[in-house]
Amino acid sequence: MLLLQKILTRLGVSALMLGMVSIIAFIIVSLPPGDFADAYAAAKINSGETVTRAELESIRVRFGLDRPLYVQYFQWVGKMFHGDFGFSWGYSRPVVEVISERLPMTIVIAVSTLIFTYATAIPLGIYSAIRQYSVADYTFTIIGYIGLATPNFLFALILLFFANQVFGVSVGGLFSLEYQDAPWTWAKVLDLLSHLWVPVLVLGTAGTAFQLRIMRSTLLEELNKMYVTAARATGLSEFKLIMKYPVRLALNPIVSTLGWELTTVISGAPIIGLVLSLPDTGPMFVNALRSQDMYLAGAMLLIYCVLVMIGSFISDVLLMLVDPRVKLGED
Amino acid sequence: MVSSQTTIGINPVNRLDLATSRQLMWYKFRRHRLAMTGSIIILLFAIISIFPEFLTPTGPQIRDTKYTSGPPTFVHILDETYTPHLPFIYGRTITRHPVTLRKISRVDVSVRIPVRFLVRGHKYKFLGFFSADLHLFGTDSAQVHLFGTDKLGRDIFTRTIYATRVSISIGVIGVLAAFIIGLAVGGLAGLRGGIVDSVIMRLIELIRSIPSLPLWLGLAAALPREWSALQVYVVVTLILAALGWTTLARRVRSKLLTLRNEDFVQAARLAGCSDTRLVYKHMLPAFMSYLIVDLTVAFPYILLAETTLSFLGLGMREPMVSWGVLLFSAQNVTALAHTPWLLIPGAFIILIVIAFNFFGDGLRDAADPYSN
Repeated sequence: MLLLQKILTRLGVSALMLGMVSIIAFIIVSLPPGDFADAYAAAKINSGETVTRAELESIRVRFGLDRPLYVQYFQWVGKMFHGDFGFSWGYSRPVVEVISERLPMTIVIAVSTLIFTYATAIPLGIYSAIRQYSVADYTFTIIGYIGLATPNFLFALILLFFANQVFGVSVGGLFSLEYQDAPWTWAKVLDLLSHLWVPVLVLGTAGTAFQLRIMRSTLLEELNKMYVTAARATGLSEFKLIMKYPVRLALNPIVSTLGWELTTVISGAPIIGLVLSLPDTGPMFVNALRSQDMYLAGAMLLIYCVLVMIGSFISDVLLMLVDPRVKLGED
Repeated sequence: MVSSQTTIGINPVNRLDLATSRQLMWYKFRRHRLAMTGSIIILLFAIISIFPEFLTPTGPQIRDTKYTSGPPTFVHILDETYTPHLPFIYGRTITRHPVTLRKISRVDVSVRIPVRFLVRGHKYKFLGFFSADLHLFGTDSAQVHLFGTDKLGRDIFTRTIYATRVSISIGVIGVLAAFIIGLAVGGLAGLRGGIVDSVIMRLIELIRSIPSLPLWLGLAAALPREWSALQVYVVVTLILAALGWTTLARRVRSKLLTLRNEDFVQAARLAGCSDTRLVYKHMLPAFMSYLIVDLTVAFPYILLAETTLSFLGLGMREPMVSWGVLLFSAQNVTALAHTPWLLIPGAFIILIVIAFNFFGDGLRDAADPYSN
């Protein structure tokens, strides 16, 4: 019961946060000089057509651009509840269509990256802690330092360069040419998997390095404690002993940083999408910003925030489930 | 006090017992080899960013039109027949590919151009004031391109060295601005407590819950296009600082909250200390070392953020060159395949971030009073 109550409170906080974030996203949308009508006019003039002043005024009235900012904000949010995110003049299509085409790929990349991060960081961290100061431990530490220091986009560029130079292949994109517009089949899924490792590796390396360090240091701390010695004295096999007690405890900080990890992945995704020319939301978002296609950019910014909030919500709930102290309501 | 103790002592006095806390930190820090290496690298970068004009053979916007998109020139000591010479570079001949018309540059071993130290070259303002034309190294015809050239023929080595100044200064100014904001806001929250504290803490949580890169991008994209490079520089630095202060504010707040009820703080307050004086004279020195560690951690973070922004074309712009601006031209596969040396500035970024991470680790260990 207590657990449910806590989860509901947490949900309420998330909803409140979302409201605030939407205000920030809207402010960013309306920051650049000029409004939608100006952008529309610029696009028309670029394509060689003419626009009259009256036409622009009618657009302003139709989209409510002549009203005060706070009214516009409520209009923007109100329309969102009806699934209307505005119009992207860069793509000349509704924002919803543009985003929904690409969002699944972003989610696939983010989730695979998280799986990769934890699937490598946890076992390697355990190994590093148990075999402290071994060659492997040092190797992981060095790779970790370099991984943390390399900007994601630079790592992607280096991978692109080596794939091109050494293997003579292009690692950009998510699909081979023949599958690009093909309907979903098993072969297409396999093709996706064969391309997916590049962005996942790029996005996941820094996170893996970070989580590995946390896992290693918490586990090292736990391994020196008395209960480990006591358990060892009962004759428990070393593997079972480590897995059953210290590892379980050391997982807590790992679980609690899950939401944070998702934030980094979502943060890094746009730029990697751009460098590796992935068909996800990344290039779309960056281009929308560059060309000040602000409805598209604002909606995407909001969606990134929602993804992060869902992630940190899940991680908080997981932490409640993993840590009995949180579950019982003792903080 | 120290001197009286040493004279009274019958047993030889242990150096560690007399050391001030700052000295103790220095002893601990000095033993951390990686941290010492890191600080030397940081020092080198600091020197580079003070004297880029002297260290480079040419200027960041000067074009070598005969050598566009040219690969790095190696400085040799031995020639073809392994005869030693003073440092020299080989001359180059440039031809065009008969079909693709792409420029091909060939090393011409018959021409040896000596590389000399302390040569006179193009004029610059030393430290912004004195006219000078002395350069650390160069050739008479200024053809030495250690890192190659870009497609306009600008020397990448020169540009990377100049970019060091811009990138490092953004990091330093950004960190300092973040530090001031963090100190003020965190101080307010920790000292006032109550409703002010809750509001500030919620605000910090809000900022932290927004994925940082998209937010920076959004803010940077909103800057007017017609702004000058200097205006963009100032505003980008401020944006990075405005989003980087949260960690510091949290640290300041939590430390202030624990210190608030300490006896020495209570005593100072009863003696009529103003709040500002209380914080800066009595409480801040007690956790300054933690703040410095946080600052060294924040520095690479801001540096990487600037690099990323500029790389996307939303941060610094020409003629102001930062490492990110340099990498901007290496964005597509074709550029990478034909001119991979455009990636060399990236090595500088990795190097300084690693150096700062080592430095921060060493400081953290040294500042921890419970490690020996």
